[in-house]
Amino acid sequence: MPASDLKHDPKLDPATGEYRVIAPGQTFLSVTEKITRIVLTPLTPLGWFAIFGVGGALATILMVALTWLFLAGVGIWGITQPVAWGFAIINFVWWIGIGHAGTLISAILLLFKQSWRNSINRFAEAMTIFAVVCAGLFPLIHVGRPWLAYWMLPYPSTMNVWPQFRSPLMWDVFAVSTYAIISMVFWYIGMVPDFGTMRDRAESKFAKYAYGLCSLGWRGSTRHWARYETASLLLAGLATPLVLSVHTVISFDFAVAVLPGWHTTIFPPYFVAGAIYSGFAMVLTLAIPLRKFYHLEGLVTERHIDNMGKVMLATGFIVAYGYGMEVFMAWYSASHWEAFMMWNRMFGPMGWAYWVLVTCNLAIPLTTLWSRKLRTSIPFMFFISIVVNIGMWFERFVIVVTSLYRDFLPSSWGTYRATKWDYMTYVGTLGLFTALFLLFVRFLPMIPISEIRTMLSGTRITPKKITEAAD
Amino acid sequence: MPPREGTYGLLAEFDTPGDLVRAARQARQDGWRRMDCYTPYPVEEAAEAIGFHRNKVPLITLVGGLMGLVAMFLLETWVSVWAYPLNIAGRPTYSWPAFIVPAYEWTILFAGLSAAFGMLALNGLPALYHPLFNAPNFRDGATTDKFFLCLEALDPKFNLIETKKYLESFQPISVVEVEY
Repeated sequence: MPASDLKHDPKLDPATGEYRVIAPGQTFLSVTEKITRIVLTPLTPLGWFAIFGVGGALATILMVALTWLFLAGVGIWGITQPVAWGFAIINFVWWIGIGHAGTLISAILLLFKQSWRNSINRFAEAMTIFAVVCAGLFPLIHVGRPWLAYWMLPYPSTMNVWPQFRSPLMWDVFAVSTYAIISMVFWYIGMVPDFGTMRDRAESKFAKYAYGLCSLGWRGSTRHWARYETASLLLAGLATPLVLSVHTVISFDFAVAVLPGWHTTIFPPYFVAGAIYSGFAMVLTLAIPLRKFYHLEGLVTERHIDNMGKVMLATGFIVAYGYGMEVFMAWYSASHWEAFMMWNRMFGPMGWAYWVLVTCNLAIPLTTLWSRKLRTSIPFMFFISIVVNIGMWFERFVIVVTSLYRDFLPSSWGTYRATKWDYMTYVGTLGLFTALFLLFVRFLPMIPISEIRTMLSGTRITPKKITEAAD
Repeated sequence: MPPREGTYGLLAEFDTPGDLVRAARQARQDGWRRMDCYTPYPVEEAAEAIGFHRNKVPLITLVGGLMGLVAMFLLETWVSVWAYPLNIAGRPTYSWPAFIVPAYEWTILFAGLSAAFGMLALNGLPALYHPLFNAPNFRDGATTDKFFLCLEALDPKFNLIETKKYLESFQPISVVEVEY
């Protein structure tokens, strides 16, 4: 685009030439109105019911699949020897990876003072929590007897049996449960001032009571705000090492095993980068329809889409480095088993999955995301987000299945074929996620109002005014 | 606590954060101490103007985090060495490197919960009733787009008529009396 065109685009900030974070002309009242009206209106859009119906129907399929699973056992799934970890673990890693982008946006970008994140951080955090709900389900149902899952917790039982703390699976229990709790606390604390706004703007008595209770009596006192800001920063500072540790611990589940394809030191950074890559793809998948549907183009602007594209480009290259290192180490280790695993992964009976992953994670996004024109093209970014979501699912499929099904002894080789119950459970969690997310959009403020206010021009305090008073 | 009666304070409403900070700074200079600002988003300058610089949230977070760290590490050591010693591939029962990961997670868990609940406790929340909600204009503006300064009746300088005149000298939109 020539420079003269850029100057006349109202979406661009003339000072920097960048897309504006928030469209011009917004006031405290207009953003408050815009965001609260979505929730406080008594009219629910028909489209909401339609999508909620689809999500609910899929969630019902999940219930059916789980009921049969609890009655019949994990034998209804495709898992067998040697592939004892199938869809359950693939989906667990995929979902929890998706959640990581929410924490990255809410915590890491806050610490880096990336204020553009304000518009998208609330629903990215909601995405984290619902993704963790879906993720947490899988290890629980995978243990076979989920009603005994509490045995993983260290508690003084009459059997005098305690957990074994040297196992990464045990570490997972603490990492994922901490992640779920801290994400929820961070999310809720972030919403408290907005609940205050909702309480004061609600018309119906019930809404006033409900939001009033949730707001804990928030009144915007300056002393409260000061402590609140400190607590938010501290929570962000705590969530940052937490999010890095969660996927690291998950990668340990694989990396401590002696299996070729799992036993690598590159796994922790490569898993974390992949998590952020797929998570940003999911944020885009959610943000693009939401901004269109609820007319939030003024608050979630091209700048957000553009920046998320940049983050995906960066993390995509870390993921590409991870893939490259795996291939390199297969050769450099001079291990016969490693080399065979890599050959089998690429050209074996399930080699197609590897090439799907290379196409979706590397070939399509990493060649096109360089272009700013494409990064700000809304349909293209939606397409890319879906492609990367598919690619990252296949990455986990490749890691779990193609490492397991042909390991050391050819006599113990097998294959893996997911059953209809596997697919029903997976599709069901997609429905559960959709349904939970739609409930969030309908009943909670999906954009942090108080944080958006801090970005408006009305917040400017001219130093002159203050010194005048001091004289 | 016996139910309080009478005046809680005088509430001045401003249109911009600049006006509020100017008034708050002047009031502080004139010797007012029992006062607070109410804003729809955090205004750091207002906190400085009323002389609120430090808070105890970081200390509470640190103590909470250390408690989580120590609690989990001791639990793991006690379980693995005394309560239920297991021979896992010949490793020592006190295999502390493996204990780091859960201890690390609990450090973050306890620190995070301490930060969140410590902040709420220091703020005196949840407090579903507050006299300020009685002010007719407070709920319309304090959480949307108006900026308030409240001089409280507990301040020794407080005098209903004099203070009202004093606040009006800052040219607010309105000054209202807030009752308990």
